Amino acid sequence: MSAAAHSSSLVLAASSTTEHRPLIISLFAVFVAATLAITVWAGRQTKSASDFYAGGRQFTAFQNGLAVSGDYMSAASFLGIAGAIALFGYDGFLYSIGFLVAWLVALLLVAEPLRNSGRYTMGDVLAYRMRQRPVRTAAGVSTIVVSIFYLLAQMAGAGVLVALLLGITGDTGKILIVALVGVLMILYVTIGGMKGTTWVQMVKAVLLIAGALLMTFMVLWKFDFNVSDLLGTAAEKSGHGKAFLEPGLKYGATGVSKLDFISLGIALVLGTAGLPHILIRFYTVPTAKAARKSVNWAIGIIGAFYLMTIALGFGAAALIGPDEIKAKNPAGNAAAPQLAEYLGGVGTTGGAVLLAVISAVAFATILAVVAGLTLASSSSFAHDIYANVIRRGKATEKEEMRAARWATVAIGIVSIALGAMARDLNVAGLVALAFAVAASANLPTILYSLFWKRFTTQGALWSIYGGLASSVVLVLFSPVVSGKASSMFPDVDFAWFPLENPGLISIPLGFLLGWIGSVVSKEEPDTDKYAELEVKSLTGTGAH
Amino acid sequence: MATDAPPPQGSTDNSPAQPTTEVFVETQKSAEFAELRRAHRSFAFPLTVGFIAWYLLYVLLSSYAGDFMGTTVFANFNVAFVFGLAQFATTFLIAWFYSRHAATKIDPKAEAIKSRLEADA
Repeated sequence: MSAAAHSSSLVLAASSTTEHRPLIISLFAVFVAATLAITVWAGRQTKSASDFYAGGRQFTAFQNGLAVSGDYMSAASFLGIAGAIALFGYDGFLYSIGFLVAWLVALLLVAEPLRNSGRYTMGDVLAYRMRQRPVRTAAGVSTIVVSIFYLLAQMAGAGVLVALLLGITGDTGKILIVALVGVLMILYVTIGGMKGTTWVQMVKAVLLIAGALLMTFMVLWKFDFNVSDLLGTAAEKSGHGKAFLEPGLKYGATGVSKLDFISLGIALVLGTAGLPHILIRFYTVPTAKAARKSVNWAIGIIGAFYLMTIALGFGAAALIGPDEIKAKNPAGNAAAPQLAEYLGGVGTTGGAVLLAVISAVAFATILAVVAGLTLASSSSFAHDIYANVIRRGKATEKEEMRAARWATVAIGIVSIALGAMARDLNVAGLVALAFAVAASANLPTILYSLFWKRFTTQGALWSIYGGLASSVVLVLFSPVVSGKASSMFPDVDFAWFPLENPGLISIPLGFLLGWIGSVVSKEEPDTDKYAELEVKSLTGTGAH
Repeated sequence: MATDAPPPQGSTDNSPAQPTTEVFVETQKSAEFAELRRAHRSFAFPLTVGFIAWYLLYVLLSSYAGDFMGTTVFANFNVAFVFGLAQFATTFLIAWFYSRHAATKIDPKAEAIKSRLEADA
């Protein structure tokens, strides 16, 4: 999952990458030019708030399924999982499974009712039968916090990618790249809105799948399509033998690391259906049925992609070997590009081209994901906090869209600043934190709102703020932040919480607080509003 | 409706006429709606519990039953690998199974209530 490694580990043998730099940069420039053209085209058609927030709700289920996949498969999935499998074998594969199974929660419980009863944001559904201002504020805060953590991880990942793929190791170079990513995402979102962002994500998803498919085919070709042979060679070359194909290399060391794995596993499976940038994608299709179909497409596309990471990861282990992978990046993040160069032929034009293509795909991946995250947080600011809390529902559509655009610029600038500071941080913790916060603060409130009659405003607030605070505080005092060589602040130690992922504690706490907050609440639940929400969410009556 | 900002001029986000709260409350109490709710909940809730338990079993076995997971099934494939692929397979299968159920048992009921409410509103 880690798309970045620690600064000290970024000592690179950059000789081979610097040669390919012009090719990689030109391919990247082509992608940027093409997506900006799409964005300008989409911007011309973005007139109403519904266009800006929800792409006019005119995308087909397949288009949205592609875009959902593009929004979901971050650089962490592509480079991180391939690298984790290449170095830790089977334990790397465990991520893929959690990331995929999570979609069933979205499919069975969240996507359709959300599409039926909301308009633009997650807050629309959470606040539906509650007191508007406090719940919208909470939903906005939680959306922005989750998205910023996720954004930070992607921004920091961009810096590391550049170091890996272009051989730029200086601080200035990395800050410049973070700034470039930030400026591009501001342009995509302010000009193109949801329409532009959706098209960028579709293009990226197609590129990523095509790249992975090509490499998977080439890896299997090398082993005469004998998967067992591929696994055997990988195990042999890894130096771990049979253990490479079994769980435990990464997480099996101690009782605590085993608990950490369980915590991570729970956060992954429950986090997806609470990620705001994923949830707002369901508003881009006309009906709940189309939302269901787009999740089905996404499950197919994402599942196929994660199956291919098996071939890529074990292929890198078998064909390149752990020593060379670690020499380039100790976390294994360079394994996929290294494999691309190997498959094309090291030192040949084919190798250079394939490396450049796969590197450009990795950049495209980051850009599409940050655009989706920025849109989710600026939408929530403009629609939940500005229009409904500050202006108490009296803002015009024009004013709301203007607020969304300015929020995009502000969030972009904040992410550039934080991303520049975080450029050397270990991002694994940040992404896992985003999932844990989403599962602790958002998912309980979404499920209670939709399915539990007695849920109250107080329950919603306790659940959102309690889940948010507990997960953030536990991470703050975990080994992710201090006490270990791989921490953000390795020189100090104020970690008293042993797990790197807070989900094991904070997710049950979020559910528990939502329940307690409701039953001890003095106010009666608004049963009329619940009737409205329940009928709407199941039938789609009066849906926007 | 208090949920949203009042529809501003020039909006293209036209929503159909909204039934009144009384209509929604009545509908919620109706036998027809109870059947729709049951068609969704009696399918989605147990299935959710089931796939989460199945996934947690996999996570727990990976953590605490390393020897069992390392047992060879055939060639270089062990139990862990087969178990992992089985998670993929069940995910695809459940998605298909739910969609089929929704299309035959949920959608027609939902559609009937929706068109009646929107026609009356």
